[in-house]
Amino acid sequence: MTEYITLSLILFSIGAVGVLVRRNAIIVFMCVELMLNSTNLAFVSFARQHGNLDGQAAAFFVMVVAAAEVVIGLAIIVSIYRTRRSTSVDEANLLQA
Amino acid sequence: MITFWILAPLMVVAALGLIFARKAVHAALCLAVVMISLAVLYAAQDATFLFAVQIIVYTGAIMMLFLFVLMLVGVESRESVVEVIKGQRLASAIVGLAFALLLTLGIGQAVSTSVVGLDVANQYGNVYGIAELLFSDYVVAFQFTAALMIVAVLGAMVLAHKEILIVPKTQKVRSEERIRDFAEQGKHPGVGATPGVYARHNAVDMPALLPDGTPLEDSVSAVIRNRQQSLPTRGRHDVADTLSQIEDPDLDSTSAPQIGVDQGSDEQEDA
Repeated sequence: MTEYITLSLILFSIGAVGVLVRRNAIIVFMCVELMLNSTNLAFVSFARQHGNLDGQAAAFFVMVVAAAEVVIGLAIIVSIYRTRRSTSVDEANLLQA
Repeated sequence: MITFWILAPLMVVAALGLIFARKAVHAALCLAVVMISLAVLYAAQDATFLFAVQIIVYTGAIMMLFLFVLMLVGVESRESVVEVIKGQRLASAIVGLAFALLLTLGIGQAVSTSVVGLDVANQYGNVYGIAELLFSDYVVAFQFTAALMIVAVLGAMVLAHKEILIVPKTQKVRSEERIRDFAEQGKHPGVGATPGVYARHNAVDMPALLPDGTPLEDSVSAVIRNRQQSLPTRGRHDVADTLSQIEDPDLDSTSAPQIGVDQGSDEQEDA
């Protein structure tokens, strides 16, 4: 049981570092997806540990929300790309003082 | 457990690939590897429904969407290697390691090793069990996700929608414009002259010649003219050469017309 949780924690940390390090908005987004996936793994593992399916239902809801989030996020990235001709997170600085 | 120990290193390597890949497509492929391995791990943990959903929704729909946007935005675009904030990479690596350590120690201590297992919960089948939960305890949340989906679809449509700034002219409008130009300015309403064809050149970059022998610049495509690849600008010599040959009275009297006449007479004789 512990090893599943550990794997999920490692994946979550890698995703977090990716969000901090990468500059391409699409890859940053992929790292967010990785973090969501790792929490799903933790949910499923805990569901097996506790012997009920609530964890799996939670993972299902996370997947639904992630799908909606991807649709909106990618639409935002496409519309930013259309005006700025770039997907770099550093160049979306119109609101910078 | 064997499944886990085979897949876990693979997943960690693929997840690291997400951080280190220079090209966005490679990162996407790494993420796909992680997601498929996760699906297998779900199956290994008696979550058969989530196994199917993970494959269909994540690797099927979401990764496709990612790749689609990658292709739209430009596959070859590489991100700059310049650090905008000095020492950000090192700092975030240290923070990430510390975070992983903290989580592993904290949660690792809290997790007990006793595993109940899902044999009782899955006695009528995994899908049945999840459906029973979704449509009883979580039915309100389920309804809210339905609303969320509709809002997401509308949001994506609004965000990705592009206003038409210039209404494209229809054929009818353009035809009427042509006739109006002809009536008011005397502009020729028909098809323009095609570029001239000469034996030594491709047709499109040679302007047609007017009856008096001057090149008609308008007959060459505007793209070629703007790039200054049209022959009168690129090599006046050639045109002058050609013109002199055409205007040469000797050539006129000896070669071209006579050949025509000869051929005509030959054909007549043949007939």
